[in-house]
Amino acid sequence: MSAVAVHLDGLTRRFGELIALDELDLDVAPGELVALLGPSGCGKTTALRLLAGFDYPDGGRVKVGGVDITDVPASKRDMGMVFQAYSLFPNMDARTNVEFGLRMRKQPSPERRARAEQVLGLVGLSAHAGHYPHQLSGGQQQRVALARALAIEPSVLLLDEPLSALDARVRAQLRGEIRSVQQRLGITTLFVTHDQAEALSIADRVGVMHEGKLEQIGTPEEVYERPATPFVAEFVGTMNRVAGRLAADGRLEVLGASLKASGPQSRAAGELVEVLVRPEALEAVADPNGHATVAERTFLGSFTRMRVTLDDGSELLIDAASRRGLPEPGVRVSVRATGEDALVSGSAHGLTPAAP
Amino acid sequence: MGSVAVLEQSLPEDPAARRRRGIPRGAWVGIVPFTLYVLVFLGGPLYEVIYGAFTTTGGSLTWHNFSQTFSQPEYRSAFEESLKISVVTSLLGGFFGVWLACAVVTAGPRSPLRRIVGSGAGVLAYFAGVPLAFAFIATLGRYGEATTLLGHVGIDLGASGFDISSLTGVELAYVYFQVPLMVLLITPALEGLRPEWREAATGLGASTFGYIRHVAAPVLAPAILGGLLLLFGNAFAAYATSYALVGIYVNLVPGWIQQLISGNVLVDENGIGLALGVEMIVVIAVVMVAYGLLQRRATRWLR
Amino acid sequence: MAILVLAAIFFLGPLISAIRFSLEQTNGKDGLGNYTQLLHNAALGGSLVTSLEIAALTTAIMLALMLPTVVWVRLRLPRLALLVESISVLPIVIPPIVMAAGLATLQSHASAGLSNLIFSSPLTALTPVYVILAMPFAYRSLDVGVRAIDLRTLVDAARSLGAGWTTVLGRVILPNVRTAVLTAASLTVALVLAEVVIAETLLYTTYPVELVDTGQAQLGVAVALSVLSLAITWMLLLAISFIGNRGASRARIGRLL
Repeated sequence: MSAVAVHLDGLTRRFGELIALDELDLDVAPGELVALLGPSGCGKTTALRLLAGFDYPDGGRVKVGGVDITDVPASKRDMGMVFQAYSLFPNMDARTNVEFGLRMRKQPSPERRARAEQVLGLVGLSAHAGHYPHQLSGGQQQRVALARALAIEPSVLLLDEPLSALDARVRAQLRGEIRSVQQRLGITTLFVTHDQAEALSIADRVGVMHEGKLEQIGTPEEVYERPATPFVAEFVGTMNRVAGRLAADGRLEVLGASLKASGPQSRAAGELVEVLVRPEALEAVADPNGHATVAERTFLGSFTRMRVTLDDGSELLIDAASRRGLPEPGVRVSVRATGEDALVSGSAHGLTPAAP
Repeated sequence: MGSVAVLEQSLPEDPAARRRRGIPRGAWVGIVPFTLYVLVFLGGPLYEVIYGAFTTTGGSLTWHNFSQTFSQPEYRSAFEESLKISVVTSLLGGFFGVWLACAVVTAGPRSPLRRIVGSGAGVLAYFAGVPLAFAFIATLGRYGEATTLLGHVGIDLGASGFDISSLTGVELAYVYFQVPLMVLLITPALEGLRPEWREAATGLGASTFGYIRHVAAPVLAPAILGGLLLLFGNAFAAYATSYALVGIYVNLVPGWIQQLISGNVLVDENGIGLALGVEMIVVIAVVMVAYGLLQRRATRWLR
Repeated sequence: MAILVLAAIFFLGPLISAIRFSLEQTNGKDGLGNYTQLLHNAALGGSLVTSLEIAALTTAIMLALMLPTVVWVRLRLPRLALLVESISVLPIVIPPIVMAAGLATLQSHASAGLSNLIFSSPLTALTPVYVILAMPFAYRSLDVGVRAIDLRTLVDAARSLGAGWTTVLGRVILPNVRTAVLTAASLTVALVLAEVVIAETLLYTTYPVELVDTGQAQLGVAVALSVLSLAITWMLLLAISFIGNRGASRARIGRLL
């Protein structure tokens, strides 16, 4: 199958007063996996359902492979959809579930069967072809659902939080498998999730959505390291809000370091601003003359997270690679920014510049 | 009206129950009062029925009572009528009940329509009995509102041969509680149909008909069949409505039982009434066992 | 939606007819005369009192018998839950008329002592068997309620805080299954006020029996009382559906926590 591009053009959907989707533009390249990430109610599922044809937009067009399919009913769209959970037909065994789409396409039985065996093999469930959904674990059910979606050789694969009902270990494993199957088949895929770690790890590009709008779309690295807006910064990963002062050359004085400022630039030099800094871009060093105290230290495996209280009462989260000799709770420390740049989020209301 | 339909929702078995092996020593004492009560107050009358059906007045074992129920035309006719009315009203009730339930379920679980139909169905399905009969007499009886209304437009209900105090009237009244009963029985199964199934089917290329044929109908089939069985048993055991509508001389098995044991026929035919009672129990027990088997199938899918 | 219209005609038709019919008085004018008969007609009033007494006693015995059993089974005998539940639905298999036949036979064979003890009054004769009839409804309502709460944890918590078994049942379990108890009680009352077959066969004049008799001579009064019965039962169940819904959502939330 040759991969096709998906093009959403000014898609709008209202539910009464609520604008679920506000003129969404999105391009997905052929064979690309784009993850739509956002909190619940941000419009990501609405976008997916409009693309699948389960819902009809109030405005805008949907194009797949250059063809406008806005008015094509869902049953004729040729898309493979995997739902959050429980979407397998309970009255059919795994193989019959997988065959369903081909049956609707009036494929002869032997071909159907062969294809079903093949896709079930692809998701590693050949041995479970005769099992009914209630005999399968949650992870197995989602694999069958994936096989069922792939069986019809869809032009586009749509995944609606397919992992959110699974427990952590299965989730991570299945995430990897979905990605490898998707890459092997080179199928254009839209993946909707509210889990930022999931989106970052699986996608070619991540689109962060907020209140019906796409806040930022870019590679996982871009979205994580150079968030375009404060919302993206705080939704993806953990952020500290600290006060900083803008310098004349577009640089930023934060916690005793001089960083490159990004974000809204329409501010005068010398202005006090709120700056967003990742926990791993901060460092706490034991220092009897420091202006902060370690309040709590949590060992999280490869890294250790410290909660540090500054003398002005504000708190910071600081991540450090786990090693011996990290400051214990109660120890006085000095805090320093170690990154190269930082995002200015707004005026520093109620923040005082922290001493280094 | 029978209480057959209480099996409405079957309770899924507690999975923890299977894991815990053995019964704690002495714990069975806790269910002794309950068991004794059932043994005395259910077992007592039941014993009288069975004992009386199989013995002569002198106390010797006999098959006579049963052979009478099979050979005497009046009893056979009553059995046929009872079976007929049960089949007809359960099919009608089942058909309209499923249809109505579909309309109500689509209105959403917390809609006022749902609450009103739900509780209304509860009243009519379980507790209508005598009041239902009088409502029908007030509607279609000789001086009923509908009869009068139809008289005004030139339709003489009485002359057309319709009589609310007849088996036709009883049938009509039974449908009146069979439909709501089916609504109560089938609603949980309809609610168990997940929207994802429909969307998945549509996304895979199925039309609405294709979805119904391949997914919805097979998934609902055990529940609908089970519901029909309960409706059958319910109509078969029902008596209050027909008693209030027609009286004890109604040509249905319960009517004959009451006539026979009240001594309204001939002396010493008590045993025949009890034999009819045993036969009723057998019919309903068979229906219930079939229902139980179907229910296991229905709930297997809808977990 | 055609079915909704059809249903409305078929179901509301008789109810509206019954209401209209009940308002037609013997003097030709419309009014509540048929309804006030309940107050003037001594036989009807007496039978209603009898039935209410039976209902109260039946409910009391039913709860005293069933609630401890349900709790005990869920707590100590989970392996027997299915068996006990099956026993509780046994009365379904026996049609009321067959039950009546058995009791009538018992009545005719009973010794003078037993007759005096049980069959001399409808209260003692009917209550025990009505508890049996209510069992399937009651057991299920109570079981649903008890299963909605985390019984074992509640009991363990209460016991570890030093509560005795009576305290556990009365102050911990009962308040948490209030809705289920209310449902079971309401269904029992509705059942007692509707049961006519057994009472009639055993020749006791309970309210529904008297209602049928009244219908022979005063159809208007019988129809009026029927309207009243249906309305009251319906309001009872409607109230339960609201309370029940609240209870259920609380139980669900409780589980999430």
